[in-house]
Amino acid sequence: MTIDWTHFTPWASLAGGMLIGVAAAMLLLLNGRIAGISGIVGGLFRPIAGDVAWRVAFVAGLLVSPVAVALFARTPFPRIEAGFGTLLVAGLLVGLGTAYGSGCTSGHGVCGLSRLSPRSLVATAAFMVAGVATVFIMRHVA
Amino acid sequence: MNSALAFAAGLVFGVGLIVSGMTDPGKVIGFLDVAGAWDPSLAFVMGGAILVGFFAFAFAERRARTFLGAALQLPGRRDIDARLVGGAIVFGVGWGLAGFCPGPALVSFGSGQDKAAVFVLAMLAGMALFTVAERYTAGRPDRS
Repeated sequence: MTIDWTHFTPWASLAGGMLIGVAAAMLLLLNGRIAGISGIVGGLFRPIAGDVAWRVAFVAGLLVSPVAVALFARTPFPRIEAGFGTLLVAGLLVGLGTAYGSGCTSGHGVCGLSRLSPRSLVATAAFMVAGVATVFIMRHVA
Repeated sequence: MNSALAFAAGLVFGVGLIVSGMTDPGKVIGFLDVAGAWDPSLAFVMGGAILVGFFAFAFAERRARTFLGAALQLPGRRDIDARLVGGAIVFGVGWGLAGFCPGPALVSFGSGQDKAAVFVLAMLAGMALFTVAERYTAGRPDRS
């Protein structure tokens, strides 16, 4: 194993991660909800009266966050290497997989692991292994 | 009131994703590529988030209500079934293919990138498909 030192950003990633933790704590202690992005979005497909507005508001916050960052720093958008076909398939798999698996990187990986949930521990291990295997096949086999 | 706070939480979450590097699919794939030149940054993202989250959840588990008096809605399931593991594997394959998971994809969509829009629309279609499939199988007794 070789470490990619040129792209390694421990401090920015740690700081950004802590902000994610703060956001999850805010939603938990103020709204009483888990900050799982796939769960928040997925719930909009099964709307329950009184349970829609906070979901829309949270997603709106996510959507405007690049604008907020652009006010303070001029950073170029990261490149998206994948082609349109790959993005279409990947998006569909992410949508289906997170729905059946009841969560994604935020719900299971951050909130679930913070709670020491056995379900989230298993799910996080499963999607990490599947992600590593997929990248291995794409980059080193195919 | 509650929606304004949820908006603020979403905003902070999105800024965290951008600062951490999670909105760069190349960086995500660099983390998953353990056999190549490995970029361990994303472990620091999760570490930082869990460092804060652990205390927030430990505090919340001992309460029944939020600071504003709303009910704390924490998932209580502890069973591990094929849906959980299978779903997580399918998600992981999609994550590895594009380098996007739901949060960063939405943030990139918000910054107006057409490729992120394709991913988000496909992701929403996947979620909609699940909802339809659940409705279709809901009447069957052998639902697992």
